[in-house]
Amino acid sequence: MGEVKVLGASLSFFCCRVEWALKLKGVAYEYLEEDLRNKSPMLLQSNPVHKKVPVLVHDGRPIAESLVILEYIDEAWKGYPLLPEDPSERAKIRFWARFTDEKCVLGAWAACCAKGHEREKAIESAQESLSFLEKQIEGKKFFGGETMGLLDLVVGSLPNWIEFLEEHGGMKLLDEEKFPSLYEWAQKFINIPIISERIPTKEELINYFQGGQNSRLTTGK
Amino acid sequence: MADEIILLDFWPSMFGMKVRIALAEKGLKYEYRDEDLFNKGPLLLEMNPIHKKIPVLIHNGKPICESQIIVQYIDEVWKDKSPLLPSDPYHRAQARFWADYIDKKLHLLGKRLWRTKGEEQEANKKEYIECLKLLEGELGDKPYFGGENFGFVDVNLMPYFSWLYVFEIAANFSIEAECPKLITWAKRCMEKESVSTSLPDRQKLYDFFLQLKKWHGIE
Repeated sequence: MGEVKVLGASLSFFCCRVEWALKLKGVAYEYLEEDLRNKSPMLLQSNPVHKKVPVLVHDGRPIAESLVILEYIDEAWKGYPLLPEDPSERAKIRFWARFTDEKCVLGAWAACCAKGHEREKAIESAQESLSFLEKQIEGKKFFGGETMGLLDLVVGSLPNWIEFLEEHGGMKLLDEEKFPSLYEWAQKFINIPIISERIPTKEELINYFQGGQNSRLTTGK
Repeated sequence: MADEIILLDFWPSMFGMKVRIALAEKGLKYEYRDEDLFNKGPLLLEMNPIHKKIPVLIHNGKPICESQIIVQYIDEVWKDKSPLLPSDPYHRAQARFWADYIDKKLHLLGKRLWRTKGEEQEANKKEYIECLKLLEGELGDKPYFGGENFGFVDVNLMPYFSWLYVFEIAANFSIEAECPKLITWAKRCMEKESVSTSLPDRQKLYDFFLQLKKWHGIE
């Protein structure tokens, strides 16, 4: 199995997904919490290009960027498959993973930050993105089908993140009526033991944000 | 049954070029369709309803979108010829990391180069060159980013070099002195038929760029 370390930040969903993947694979690892205002020499050495978390260090060799790390985890450790075998299905998962990060995670944040008449447009845009995910999960137990896969771990960034942004921004995004399948999947996902034992909660995010350190929220990738 | 492959593309697109190179590396026959991006065709809108962008690869009627995803798909389906990603998971991760870096950093910096002037442009030039130097460091003394063989990162970076000619003129700089190894690497890649037949003629690209500047109202 080798020596595995994860450099992460406890409130970063990008870091969680790496830990979730390792747990699904049954890989033991050492978690090292980074203070992003005072980055450790190990982080700066392991990810000199972006200086960001998460970084996976496997037998001394670092891998950065959460989606790259997830694919690495799937290839380095057999057993629980995170991606399907079929190339066109793999391409779809990769597409939706990127879409989630670029349009949904960031889109929800943009909706929260927008002011005035821009706010309505930003909310509409974020909800349009969620509607695409709704279509992907309709009629399925997980985005991965019968079992959780890579896409579930990526979309798993959304439930608590959106819940926090909704409260912080005073708006509704993940509307149960508009997105019943996505909402149902979200409730199920956050209560799965390996997920719930390592997921930032709305309360933690609110506390952190009210501490005035909101720059930390978007430095994880 | 013979594979039916259609590529919806736009000839100056760096993203489209990547897919063309990958298809050529694998020796694949395909139908190339140039899209009018001001008047997008129904097939493009049907095959990429989310982003409505090129390139889109349509393989036996199934669409694959996003250039990096398409290149990986091509590599996985036609895995027996000219593999683009290495077999070892760690080196595959490194290749994906650098391809991601190229797409995110170089693309943005390139755009900024020709859309800015004066001091702002000088600062952008500096950042662009630093980016290329970092990539040059990653290349090291290897003939290709993929090592002995042309690979995934090479496919992703070469299209930016076809636009580099345009950027150098537009922003009045040259990377020849700053990144000599990358220049050698680019020349080596251009000797490959899969690359030279996939990239547009420099002058044609420059003429297109002048038109692009007009559309953006830039002198």
